[in-house]
Amino acid sequence: MQILKAQLKLGWALSLLHNDMATKSVEKINDMNIEPVEPQPFRLHAVISTAAERLAGSVFILPTVIALLFLSIFPLIASLYISLTRFEIAPGGFKLIFVGLNNYKKLFVGSEGNHFLGKFVPATPLSWVVFGGVVVALAIFLARYLLNNRVSVSGLIGRILLTLGLGGLTWMLVHTLWGGGRLGTVSVTLLYVFVGIFFQYILGLSLAMLTVQNLPGRRYFRVIFLLPMMITPVGIAYMFRMITDTSKGPFTPIWQALGLIDFSWVNNAWGARTAILIADIWQWTPFMFIVLVAALESQPVEPIEAATVDGANSWQIFQNITWPAILPVSMTLILIRLIESFKIVDLPNVMTNGGPGTATQSLTMHAFINWRGLDLGGSAAVAYILLFLVTFFGMLFVNLIRQRAVETL
Amino acid sequence: MNSRNMLFKILSLMVVFGVLITACGAPATEAPLATEAPETEAPAATEAPATEEPATEETGKIYDGVTIDILTFVGPQVAEPLQRRGPDFTALTGATVNIITVPNSELYQKVLTDAVSGTNAYDGYLFAPSWIVDFAPAGLIEDLTPYVEADEALEWNDVAPFFRDFNSYDGKVYSIPLDGDMHMVYYRIDSLEEAGLEPPKTWDDYLNVAKTLNGKDLNGDGEPDYGSCISKAPAQQSYWWIWSIAAPYIQSQGNTQGAFFNTKDMTPLVNNDGFKRALEVYKETGLYGPPDETNQGVGDSRGLFLAGRCALTMDWGDIGPLAIDPANSKVIDKTGALINPGSTEVLDWDTGRLVPCDATTCPYAIDGVNHAPFASFGGWAGAVNAAVSQQEKDATYAFFSYMAQPAQSNADVVVGATGYNPFRISQFENLQAWTDAGFSEVAATQYLDGIENSLNSPNMVADLRIPSNQKYIQVELDRILSEYIAGDLTTDEAAQNIYDAWEAITEEIGRDAQLTFYKGTIGAK
Repeated sequence: MQILKAQLKLGWALSLLHNDMATKSVEKINDMNIEPVEPQPFRLHAVISTAAERLAGSVFILPTVIALLFLSIFPLIASLYISLTRFEIAPGGFKLIFVGLNNYKKLFVGSEGNHFLGKFVPATPLSWVVFGGVVVALAIFLARYLLNNRVSVSGLIGRILLTLGLGGLTWMLVHTLWGGGRLGTVSVTLLYVFVGIFFQYILGLSLAMLTVQNLPGRRYFRVIFLLPMMITPVGIAYMFRMITDTSKGPFTPIWQALGLIDFSWVNNAWGARTAILIADIWQWTPFMFIVLVAALESQPVEPIEAATVDGANSWQIFQNITWPAILPVSMTLILIRLIESFKIVDLPNVMTNGGPGTATQSLTMHAFINWRGLDLGGSAAVAYILLFLVTFFGMLFVNLIRQRAVETL
Repeated sequence: MNSRNMLFKILSLMVVFGVLITACGAPATEAPLATEAPETEAPAATEAPATEEPATEETGKIYDGVTIDILTFVGPQVAEPLQRRGPDFTALTGATVNIITVPNSELYQKVLTDAVSGTNAYDGYLFAPSWIVDFAPAGLIEDLTPYVEADEALEWNDVAPFFRDFNSYDGKVYSIPLDGDMHMVYYRIDSLEEAGLEPPKTWDDYLNVAKTLNGKDLNGDGEPDYGSCISKAPAQQSYWWIWSIAAPYIQSQGNTQGAFFNTKDMTPLVNNDGFKRALEVYKETGLYGPPDETNQGVGDSRGLFLAGRCALTMDWGDIGPLAIDPANSKVIDKTGALINPGSTEVLDWDTGRLVPCDATTCPYAIDGVNHAPFASFGGWAGAVNAAVSQQEKDATYAFFSYMAQPAQSNADVVVGATGYNPFRISQFENLQAWTDAGFSEVAATQYLDGIENSLNSPNMVADLRIPSNQKYIQVELDRILSEYIAGDLTTDEAAQNIYDAWEAITEEIGRDAQLTFYKGTIGAK
């Protein structure tokens, strides 16, 4: 470590010296009264060399840029256009009829509103309490920002958008979550994302903590804990579909013994969502686990030894040494899963077909169903809103939560 | 060092440019491959086993060297006969047959994207004939009339008139039926007799029988069984079951009256007491069914009935032949088949209320019960892609014709595993084929009578055949129905939501055009 630091200092000093020398050389040249130099004869070699130097960088990245444009940017623009159109079969092929924002309108205030946002019911006193609490919290958050000395235009706009976004989502949730309401695909997706990630992280961290202990068989269990991640999601979905089948699945005797012979997970919206969440948590906990094992094992042992000598207990060591050490990795891990979780489709599609009703449909499945019905415009509109949601929560996480968590270290 | 560096950069630039130029120049030579590629990209490609007599120029067969790719839904039924008879067809004609399968819910979209995108990876499609109204006007599937007229072996006039008509559009034949579909109710003869119950004539009777037998041990294994098994999973078959129940409440004046839309103004016939009663009946059957029926497809309910676990079920003609298969059935000679139950009350279209049946309101009633059997789906039928080469069109038509010819189809329709049900007049008349397959004479007669009575009913309801029918039925109706079954919507809300969703589609496509189509398909004036 000391050697590395010394090398870095040396490198820095040399670069300063080099810059200093270069500056002095230029000054010297300017000071000198130099005779005009005779023009050099034209040399093809030099021209080609210069051109190659100049173009090389651009040309080397060109294939990648073209590939990215074709694979990412153009489809994004094309799908934006499709989201503003209606697909229609026409002689010899198809045509896309421009319908403006109709596909978006349908999702928010039209025939797809109940499906997308949920079934709204009049607010209950509980709804008002929850919504009021969130509004007050957001107002405090905004006020605190405005009262500090580091207010910027972009920061203010970002926070206003954040406040409006979170306020809107809360409004939607309190009007659909209880009192006879029904969750739409937006809320169901948020449920999968946040509940899923919460349990995946807690379980992943617990298992990682367990397997970094010097316990017998820990290597064996590390492999076992990783297995769910290696199975194809559709395979996992079918497996859980069988497991949750109380009439002919492998656990039928257990269900019968528990007196649950007439029970079905999928008859009830929350039962079906729970089944999907369990499958999702089972599938993705290993990802959290393996990265957290690496993070735990890479933390320096000296502080832990010192704390142990000083008489700190296990919780104090975790809280003050281990947790800060793994926090940056944890934040990145959660961000990756946050982005990934929004795209959940295979589990609800195979396990419940999105049912009962539309209770387990995610946004991706909503888009998929629209696409399957050749409502390409509607499908693209859902996909675009999903993109905005992922970006919104991704930026929220990066700018507020992750940044603050790392700053507090 | 600098020279070598520069040389390396120049060489690298040349390589990069070379790759780019090659890539840009490639399409001209690679284009033909693009049409062949989807064969490997298809979700579940199943190639028919290679024939022992390979198609070579020496054999001199009519389609030597031709390969045809047929897209249909994932088997084993329906695709199985195509796969089994593919090698026989190859031996006869030299054409190699590939059967590519996709999930049923994705079939429409797969066919359409293949055709409209110009991919044309498939030479033929085995799909729902109600879809030809989308594909034929757009010129995506071939007019098969000249083929049919020149094809004596097909024996087109032996095909029941309803199926001939259902596979035609604007007077032209666009698909060849390999299957005839009609919903019927199946019941356990022994269980009903034991309980002193009559086979259900109305949907109220059906609920009564189901309620009485629910929880009884029907197969002698000591476990309680179910009164009714009708699948209710989303994106499966719910949208057909509901119309089988709704039809006798809505249509009573003959098959030109229509059961889906009002022929005056194309408004959906869903926001009325008849359809609401059908919703209630469908939902109530779930009370007497398996606990996870809301997540079951027809394969599950069919399996339960064959295992002797259900007193009643509604299905296409498949149950009849499957019930006599000793390998899979515990209900051999215990299965009765019936024309779909009807209603003693029918919809007054003007008021939206149910009125009792009499000579005026129910002119086709049998013993005071208005039956309106529903030819749901219409049977699997083969259509030919209009964009493939003439030789491929000919070979594809020849294959569908071969499958539909009496020599093959008469053998296929008596086997439950094929998923094909009778569609030829001779198949209803020739009892011998059914008894040879293992039916008792009584069972065969009852089974065929059930289908024939439905087909011959003057009040039969044909499946919806207007443009975007898939969107009306398999997208909007399916979604709202599953929300209703899940308890997310009341009966009134469900009826209103379906009405609104269908109206939105009609408005989008054009009310007048849709009305003209609809009236044309049911023969209304």
